[in-house]
Amino acid sequence: MANLRDIRRRIKSVKNTAQITRAMQLVAAAKMKKAQNQAIAGRAYSKHLLQALYDIRKNFTEESHPFLELRDGTRELVLVISTDKGLCGAVNTNLARRIARDVPADADFITVGRKLRTACEKAGKNILADFPVKDPVPFAEARAVAKFITQQFLDGNYDKVSIAFTNFYTTLRQEPKVVTLLPIQGHREDEDQAFELIGGGFSSEAHQNDPQRDFEFEPSVSEVLATVLPLYINYEVFQALLEARASEHSARMVAMKSATDNADKFIKELTLEYNKLRQGAITSELLEITTAMKAME
Amino acid sequence: MPLQLDIVTPEKKVFSETVDNVYLPGADGELGVLPQHAGLVTALQPGELRYLHNGTVHHMAVGSGFAEITQTHVVVLTDMALGEAEIDITHMEQAIQRAKEQLIAEEHSMNSEEVAFLQGAISRSAAAISFKRRRGSY
Repeated sequence: MANLRDIRRRIKSVKNTAQITRAMQLVAAAKMKKAQNQAIAGRAYSKHLLQALYDIRKNFTEESHPFLELRDGTRELVLVISTDKGLCGAVNTNLARRIARDVPADADFITVGRKLRTACEKAGKNILADFPVKDPVPFAEARAVAKFITQQFLDGNYDKVSIAFTNFYTTLRQEPKVVTLLPIQGHREDEDQAFELIGGGFSSEAHQNDPQRDFEFEPSVSEVLATVLPLYINYEVFQALLEARASEHSARMVAMKSATDNADKFIKELTLEYNKLRQGAITSELLEITTAMKAME
Repeated sequence: MPLQLDIVTPEKKVFSETVDNVYLPGADGELGVLPQHAGLVTALQPGELRYLHNGTVHHMAVGSGFAEITQTHVVVLTDMALGEAEIDITHMEQAIQRAKEQLIAEEHSMNSEEVAFLQGAISRSAAAISFKRRRGSY
């Protein structure tokens, strides 16, 4: 059995840890609220954009744009959005596992966030670029990433671009996802599933039953496409960053909360132990004194 | 027959209610939309958007983007949507000034996209200012 001093020392150290995790929990909670609001607020835009794109594709299947062309090659570029800091539960591990499952081994990477960049480096993957992204996510940085990606795609270096990120559902639930960004899919009827994309996605069934969705285009289809498509890429990247950020802070908040709870529980147990020992020590001391007194008489 | 108007910016859903009519600043000029309008997707330029809601006409300054019109819905996707009260003219003028200065100072070092972005910011702010001036509340 440990002695009194050891237990006291342990209580102290656990208390220190609890203090730190509690502080981190509070910070994460504040950031989480902000990031969640941002992610949820951005979804409406993303969703409508997706919807419009879907309608356009349905009406004008023959109209083409470089972003829409499916290519035969298999060279793939993956944008990996992880976190810069650790202590956020299993967010990065889960994402890494998903990437290992869904991404071909010869794919190249673009990374946002330090954690999976180092993981990719260790795995000997080819990392094309790494973008730092501030918190909260500024749109300008998403645009820089999107621009780099589209450039790579248009130059013909890659035939497919995906985003791997953690989608935010609730504070307690985040899921890693790998989603194809380019070429923009979903214009083929059998690929309606592709619309279950970033953020909430939207259900295309409701629209298919609506006969009124035939469109004219002003000034022209190609011009509308030329405005909508780059916008779409920018916002999908932006939204993915927002979702990842919201997931990160949520996961960190939860992880820190459970760490704090654990520490509190531990402190309680240790204190009980400590008090028991202390009482035992006092009792045996008293016993010694009284026996000594008895012996003297 | 109601017409559902949604105005959405990346930050938030600015407006979502049924209205009686909408006037949009389309790329080819102003465009009036009544219920039962034919399906249309149009690019928007920075300018003024009007809609009739409960018998009163409301005005808004919008940035560039596009609008999707069906018989019962108008969805406006734009990078800016401000009501009259939200526009601060001095603030906007400063924004224009800053963007112009940046354009001049870094004209050679910027790529076309950055230039386009700054020009977009300028025309956006200019549209907001002219909107507010015209409303006569300055």
